[in-house]
Amino acid sequence: MSLIENWSWHYDGWIVLAGVLCAVSASLPGNFLLLRRMSLLGDAISHAILPGLAVAFLLTGSRSSLPMFVGAAVVGILTALFTEWIRNLGEVDEGASMGVVFTTLFAIGLVLIVQAADHVDLDPGCVLYGAIESMFVHTVVIAGQSIPRVVVVLGCVTIINLLFVLVFFKELKLSAFDPALSTSIGFSARLMHYLLMVIVAVTAVASFETVGNILVVAMFVVPPATAYLLTDRLGMMIFLSAIVAMASAVLGHLSAVNVPHLFGYQSTSTSGMMAFCAGLLFFGASLVSPRAGVIVRIVRRQKLALRILSEDLIALLFRMDERSPDCAVSVQKLCSVLLCRRWLATWLMNRHARTGHVIQSESGHRLTNAGRRLGAELVRSHRLWEQYLVLEGGVTVDRIHHQAEKLEHFTDRELRDRLDSVTAAPELDPHGSRIPSEHKD
Amino acid sequence: MIGLLLMLTTLFTAFGSGSLADAPDFRFSIFDLRLFEGSVTIAESLTDRSIDWPEWNQWKRVLSLRDYNTRIVMLGTGLLGLAAGIVGSFTLLRRRALMGDALSHATLPGVGLAFLLAPMFGLDGKSLPVLLTGAALSGIAGVAAILYVRNLTRLKEDAALGIVLSVFFGAGIAILTIAQQGAGHVAGLETFIYGKTASIVADDARLIAGAALASLIIVALLFKELTLLCFDDTFAGSRGYPVVLLDLVLMALVVLITIIGLQAVGMVLMIALLVIPAAAARFWTHDLKRMTLISAGIGGAGGLVGSAMSAVFPNLPSGPMIVIVCSGLFFLSMFLGGSRGILVRVARRWQLNRAVDHQHLLRGMYEFLEMQEAPGVAAGRNVPFASLLSMRSWSSFRLRREIRRCLRNGLLVRNNDQSLSLTESGLAESSRLVHEHRLWELYLITHADVAPGRVDQAADAIEHVLEPELIVRLEELLRQERATQGVVPSPHPLEQIAADAHTNTATTVVGDPQTSSQTERLR
Repeated sequence: MSLIENWSWHYDGWIVLAGVLCAVSASLPGNFLLLRRMSLLGDAISHAILPGLAVAFLLTGSRSSLPMFVGAAVVGILTALFTEWIRNLGEVDEGASMGVVFTTLFAIGLVLIVQAADHVDLDPGCVLYGAIESMFVHTVVIAGQSIPRVVVVLGCVTIINLLFVLVFFKELKLSAFDPALSTSIGFSARLMHYLLMVIVAVTAVASFETVGNILVVAMFVVPPATAYLLTDRLGMMIFLSAIVAMASAVLGHLSAVNVPHLFGYQSTSTSGMMAFCAGLLFFGASLVSPRAGVIVRIVRRQKLALRILSEDLIALLFRMDERSPDCAVSVQKLCSVLLCRRWLATWLMNRHARTGHVIQSESGHRLTNAGRRLGAELVRSHRLWEQYLVLEGGVTVDRIHHQAEKLEHFTDRELRDRLDSVTAAPELDPHGSRIPSEHKD
Repeated sequence: MIGLLLMLTTLFTAFGSGSLADAPDFRFSIFDLRLFEGSVTIAESLTDRSIDWPEWNQWKRVLSLRDYNTRIVMLGTGLLGLAAGIVGSFTLLRRRALMGDALSHATLPGVGLAFLLAPMFGLDGKSLPVLLTGAALSGIAGVAAILYVRNLTRLKEDAALGIVLSVFFGAGIAILTIAQQGAGHVAGLETFIYGKTASIVADDARLIAGAALASLIIVALLFKELTLLCFDDTFAGSRGYPVVLLDLVLMALVVLITIIGLQAVGMVLMIALLVIPAAAARFWTHDLKRMTLISAGIGGAGGLVGSAMSAVFPNLPSGPMIVIVCSGLFFLSMFLGGSRGILVRVARRWQLNRAVDHQHLLRGMYEFLEMQEAPGVAAGRNVPFASLLSMRSWSSFRLRREIRRCLRNGLLVRNNDQSLSLTESGLAESSRLVHEHRLWELYLITHADVAPGRVDQAADAIEHVLEPELIVRLEELLRQERATQGVVPSPHPLEQIAADAHTNTATTVVGDPQTSSQTERLR
């Protein structure tokens, strides 16, 4: 089934564009909310602006955009102010004070709206939760083209947010990471905080009115969180979050149109699917992000565990070789000492045989010269560390083995030489075993 | 009144039975699905914006609980507030106040899926147990997702909550939109999501009572463990308590309360009931047991009073009224709260400032006299006002106020030339204060290695909060080194004090919030 069956540029193109604009405009300030650990503020503000809308409506009696914007922005700032005020005065933690403020404001908004219920005369431009689909009712003619009003509004908000982030990039960055420093060198962190709140409130109300707030709340949090997992640089993070936002908007609309058909239903809510797709992208990033991904970390840990085990095998062979030169050791014996699985040891020993560290024969495994050299390095590291721990670390002899066992895998030639000189080039380790000498190149 | 309630319920059912898209006259509410979360019961016939003041009969009916419906609604919301208050106080202390927010949104896809999938198993998609099961499973998935994001990625709690909230809610909306196309009737679903406070029936009340009882029992049984979890989870872990399991129990309680409450009162109200009573109770006590009880009380009272008000005043929706009553109680607690309320803290600080001024004045008198060449400190010797004023950076208003207080208490007397002198009791009091100050200075010099030039300030910060037992211990400690008969001689030249007072005004000003909060903390 083709992905773009039922696709028309005139219809779906505008929907995707509106979704992309909404997603990008929300994700830009969302980055700074995430860094300030205030991700839930987007959610709080999008609930809390309700009384602002209601009061704006009750005062002006119309549902034109400007009073609504002003009302929402004012209440958005009030939300931030009240939250901080209650947190400081009442010594309550941030989450709780936010919870108190936004639920109370929301409740007040509901009561106000019920009082005004009969007078609400609303054009269908903002009908329905997250119904991007109904945006064609209101269009604006620009340069001979009829463009949905939603797209124009969201386009303006996107440009404002983009300019905001570009112009105040340095200030936002500084105040997000170190508010005290920022204030002390003359950029008021408080001012930036409230500017950000204004931007969040304006973005929330613009999207709220047009595409529904499910989408905007999701886009405040999810794309920045995804980008945060992928990079450590703020500029890159903002860029990536915009990309993720766009991708989830496009994917969201495609899947809203197509996925339900697979189960015999008609298309579903685009906003909901956009939020859901953003969630999927986040989940994917959390699994495979190059630095912090869950799978990546598991693989890295497993690789390290394998390397350590394979080195332990060589070191063990070397120690046995020390006691009875040129002996052959069976895999079974190696396993019983190292407490590892048999197939794992067999596989690793085969790998060592291929790289020329051991020779396999009927009676067992034997070190080659190359293998002996590797083993000597490991055992030398181990015993030098033991010597060092006793001499310099003041650790008693019976407790040094486990630490040296860990450290030996991360010790290179240079470190060995330094250990050697610090411990005055010992011949024997604290247990009385001879320390192998460094290989002469 | 019965008529009124009937009207409300019929209107509500009429409203609830239409699908979202055809709620024509209430377009403000269809801005967004979220508006419904607060469970609005609308009386569409009301054309005026003013609130009708109800007749005395209505008051009497509601307050005497004569209506079966009102009784049920008040009982249900009261119990719900009670249970949410109990569970909320633990989530608040665990700094997860907004967990309920995320979890209540996370139940949505489960509700939709349960509705869609139930027919496949031959069940009724609208039956309450099916929907509750779906909601519970989905809530548990939400908990798992929060734990995944928080523990396995480098994102913090707030981001985890935000992601789970919005993504699950988005998925839920997508599923519900599909559900609306299929079977046609999703009325049951809608009341489930938006709540139906005004039409809570006996079954709902019973369900709420059961959930409240269950959470009460669990909290009572695991009280010690949950306390430990909230205050010091690492310690709990080190003592062998299963921290993750306890965390799950706590979150399961939140899910339980949320689901039960969700279908009775709606999402936003549920968040409010979980957060506000607990946050309010925090102002009254430092004791967790008492805090839990107070929080339960506030939640219960909010539920009762809110739904009663909504029953008395015809066009106030009950859900939001409960929230508003709760937050009214919150603000009341924030100002009046017995242990952390703003007024109590302001009064405490004011008292401390007064004590500090008092001690500074008497010490200033004593030290001024000591600095004079003449035969030492004695009662009745004159100290001019101007030199007292210059000893510290206090305003003459504050100094005069304190002098008036001391005059009243008979510690000072005013002479004819407007200068002041100590009375006998004033002398005793001031020698005690100077003695304490110098003991502390000596302690700092000998035991804390503070340079003699700097001890005055440090001693200033703490001397006002020294307990008598501490003085005795200080004396014992210092007796080993020197004899402490009478007032200890100052360990540093006294002229320095006057100089210090001018150069370091910023740090030694008594009323300076930093200093006083510091001393307050020390107390």
